[in-house]
Amino acid sequence: MKPAPFAYVRAETLDQVFDLLDEYGDEAKILAGGQSLMATLNMRLSTPEVLIDINHLEGLSDISSDGDVLRIGALARHSDVLESEHVQKHAPLIAKTMPHVAHQAIRNRGTFGGSVAFADPAAELPAVTRALGAIFVLQGRDGQRKVAADDFFQGLFETDLKENELLVGAEIPAIKDGERTAFMELARRHGDYAIVGLAVQGRLEGDTFADMRLGFFGAGDQPILAKSAIAALNGQPNNEGTIKNAQDALDADLDPMPDLNGPAEMKMHLARVLTKRALAELAA
Amino acid sequence: MDQNVDITMKVNGQTVSRRIPARTNLVDFVRYDMELTGSHVGCEHGVCGACTIRVDGAIVRGCLMLAAQAEGAEVETIEGLSDAGEIADLQKAFHERNAVQCGFCTPGMLLTAQELLTKNSSPSREEIREFISGNYCRCTGYQAIVDAIERVAEERRG
Repeated sequence: MKPAPFAYVRAETLDQVFDLLDEYGDEAKILAGGQSLMATLNMRLSTPEVLIDINHLEGLSDISSDGDVLRIGALARHSDVLESEHVQKHAPLIAKTMPHVAHQAIRNRGTFGGSVAFADPAAELPAVTRALGAIFVLQGRDGQRKVAADDFFQGLFETDLKENELLVGAEIPAIKDGERTAFMELARRHGDYAIVGLAVQGRLEGDTFADMRLGFFGAGDQPILAKSAIAALNGQPNNEGTIKNAQDALDADLDPMPDLNGPAEMKMHLARVLTKRALAELAA
Repeated sequence: MDQNVDITMKVNGQTVSRRIPARTNLVDFVRYDMELTGSHVGCEHGVCGACTIRVDGAIVRGCLMLAAQAEGAEVETIEGLSDAGEIADLQKAFHERNAVQCGFCTPGMLLTAQELLTKNSSPSREEIREFISGNYCRCTGYQAIVDAIERVAEERRG
């Protein structure tokens, strides 16, 4: 289908964005990479009056690092994140994730910030930012505020972003010595939305799990940090009993929705299987 | 607010200016305004890859980008790549390996294959499959397409 008619503004400044957001409110949509929004418009699931194209705002595409924090600008394209040496060095979990985010033609347009702000519970990046303890920078007319990923995602496509705020970047703690990562997803076709998946970062002290963070996608109405499974792992030895406890604990963490891929119980089963595989990869 | 926009871009090397409805996506613009119908429209929500177009040197989904967003950009379609001879070897290999049946996916498949080979001169069959995973073909079963791309990679390495 074709989208319903709308007006289009190529924003040159943040003030222009905030003016339009104030004037149009819900009737305005921010257009970043557009790889989810355009599909939504084409199917007429959304019929805004005006699209505010932010692709030409200056300084929102940079990827940089000071050694402790990796900064990814909201407009950094997935393909730029995929190829970034800063990302490979300081956030290997993101580097492992990016090849699974859609397909090349979509990665060439889609943006890191767009994926986070859209907050699709089946998308990889929101869950990865939870596993990494990322902090998001939200810009309003009068300044910025920072919100942890753990507080940012609030429900199905719902975030802490106010109507007149723009996500401008993410701050990600750089990986520390001894921290390991693993990424797993099951999808019917490489690059498609996963049936279920997880991103893991943590340490093994000897053979004891520590500082574990497991972020799940496709496993509920929002990206999920699996707190019960994490509690079952931290301080425990890496053995069959511990893995089983973590798998069992997922019942309290995850609440997958049935869809065309299958019923919720099938997804719970797949989540348990993937968790075991991911922890084996982490330890390898 | 005005629901039309004025745009200027290069399409296959030729500068064009038009006034179009803002909602026009890039693939409809090249098909209906430029009358370049080699880029196909399949699913219109980014799944099938039939609408693949190159913008400023990188392939995109023509159905997930507005023509208005191509303001000032260099847009290249299958017609441009074909006429320039850039993908003559790929076209020949697709033909010879019977990697084309109905042909609907072929323009998008060729643009995607060309981007792969410019990024990676010796892709494994697995890497070829992964790279073309965003382009649906409902005829060939992909085997012949992977064969063709693999052969061109070998030929280009010399």
